[in-house]
Amino acid sequence: MGSFLETLLGGLMTGMLYSLVALGFVLIFKASGVFNFAQGAMVLFAALATARFAEWIPHWTGLSNKLLINLFAIGVALLIMIAVAWIVERLVLGKLVNQEGVTLLMATLGVAYFLDGFGQSLFGNAIYKIDVGMPKEPVIALEKVFDGGVLVSTEDLIAALVAAALVGLLALFFQKTTTGRALRAVADDHQAAQSIGIALNRIWVIVWSVAGFVAIVAGVIWGSKLGVQFSLSLVALKALPVVILGGLTSVPGAIVGGLIIGVGEKLSEVYLGPHMGGGIEIWFAYVLALLFLLVRPQGLFGEKIIDRV
Amino acid sequence: MSHREIGDMILAVEDISLAFGGVKALTSISFDVREHEVRAIIGPNGAGKSSLLNCINGVYSPQQGKIRFRGESFTQMNPHRAAVMGIARTFQNLALFKGMSVLDNMMTGRNLRMRSNLLLQALHFGPAAREELQHREFVERIIDFLEIQAYRKTQVGRLPYGLQKRVDLGRALAMEPVLLLLDEPMAGMNMEEKQDMCRFILDVNDEFGTTIVLIEHDMGVVMDISDRVVVLDYGRKIGDGTPDEVRSSPDVIDAYLGTTH
Repeated sequence: MGSFLETLLGGLMTGMLYSLVALGFVLIFKASGVFNFAQGAMVLFAALATARFAEWIPHWTGLSNKLLINLFAIGVALLIMIAVAWIVERLVLGKLVNQEGVTLLMATLGVAYFLDGFGQSLFGNAIYKIDVGMPKEPVIALEKVFDGGVLVSTEDLIAALVAAALVGLLALFFQKTTTGRALRAVADDHQAAQSIGIALNRIWVIVWSVAGFVAIVAGVIWGSKLGVQFSLSLVALKALPVVILGGLTSVPGAIVGGLIIGVGEKLSEVYLGPHMGGGIEIWFAYVLALLFLLVRPQGLFGEKIIDRV
Repeated sequence: MSHREIGDMILAVEDISLAFGGVKALTSISFDVREHEVRAIIGPNGAGKSSLLNCINGVYSPQQGKIRFRGESFTQMNPHRAAVMGIARTFQNLALFKGMSVLDNMMTGRNLRMRSNLLLQALHFGPAAREELQHREFVERIIDFLEIQAYRKTQVGRLPYGLQKRVDLGRALAMEPVLLLLDEPMAGMNMEEKQDMCRFILDVNDEFGTTIVLIEHDMGVVMDISDRVVVLDYGRKIGDGTPDEVRSSPDVIDAYLGTTH
């Protein structure tokens, strides 16, 4: 029982991180109908910026307080991501208004490769560390209930809490603010949104900036776990099955999808692995997504599209 | 019947031509709209009515001609700027935010008037909460006016067609427009719904003093509610005047009934 709970918890926490990356996809897809292939590259770019500025800032300013340094680095990374959002809107998406979905998709692929390359030539391509001072020591919980208790990684726990807080914040932003309402409006109908005076280009800059912010959070958390390196941008590949599972347009879908895949792959690795050979963790998400595509292509929370004939 | 007074010219369309490739949608169209009046644009299907509306609202940019609105003259408009200048519109094929509630749909109409900052809004705090409340009150008045109180929280996509049309009108009204463009407000409605919609249009004009330009192809309904009518056929203007003048114009009769040669 104890080991089952440990696997479950581990899965939930990895899942939360998948959700974070998936959230970036969903935000942009909702507001502009663009499937943003650059989300992974944005995570890498944001993590690189944070990691490097956290190194540079003490040199430049002589600051030694770790918390301040990290906050500054994250702040700078946020400014950079906002600039990226603005440039993407100006140079790429703004020029492609009302084009086919495929065109936009290819454009974001281009943005992805550009960010991958530009990020590494700007910030270097070694493996960098992000140290936000998360406690590495695991704690043992529920010792009284089972023998040996349940081993919980504090780092994962904090990461999951941060992710949950971010999701809450986004929900508040979408539901309660005028801008959030405008974003939902744009997601539903571009033309009508324009007619009531919502400026599409402004909305796109905002939504890419928000996705950039989500990328920073995901990048910092993943980066402090695994180190910042090129493979970080591949995390996005795990987010693809998550959005297929949860539905491309649904914020709760991204969360639930991430959790299901996180838990699913950990449990299947531990319990099916010995019978089927290892490595289930690697393909589990994709097979699940494939099954979903066959049975429920709109995902768990996606809108079913019914075309009038 | 009404205590509104027709004022000076507020909108002038001057010699507008619009073509899509080789297809001429509009050829040298000119007409004007006076403050507080109900101005109709009618014509058979494909006459260019919607194209004309889309030029005024900035969705299309005409290749030739000018539009003057409240003293400002421009050759190119965009929908955002039109909204800022006080032009609101409804859509022929509903363009509502289907996933949002009736209330939220209408509140988006207040977007341009919201001033307080994001953080305060998110926390529902201080001036932001007061501002939201003010806008909410205004929107509630429109909801009462359109008699859709019962559907306030309903997701718009679930409402029947006639009610969705009302929400579309309500969202435009929430903008407190100077000029309201209605693109076939009665299309696809049954007689009763049409009568309701006519009543709303007249009341809007009367109570809020909003200037209205509306498109219809059903001649009968329009003649009863408009002050002046423009008639289009194949992208040309073939008639312009009071309903009675238009009704008796031989060109208009030809366009609607066909000519015998």
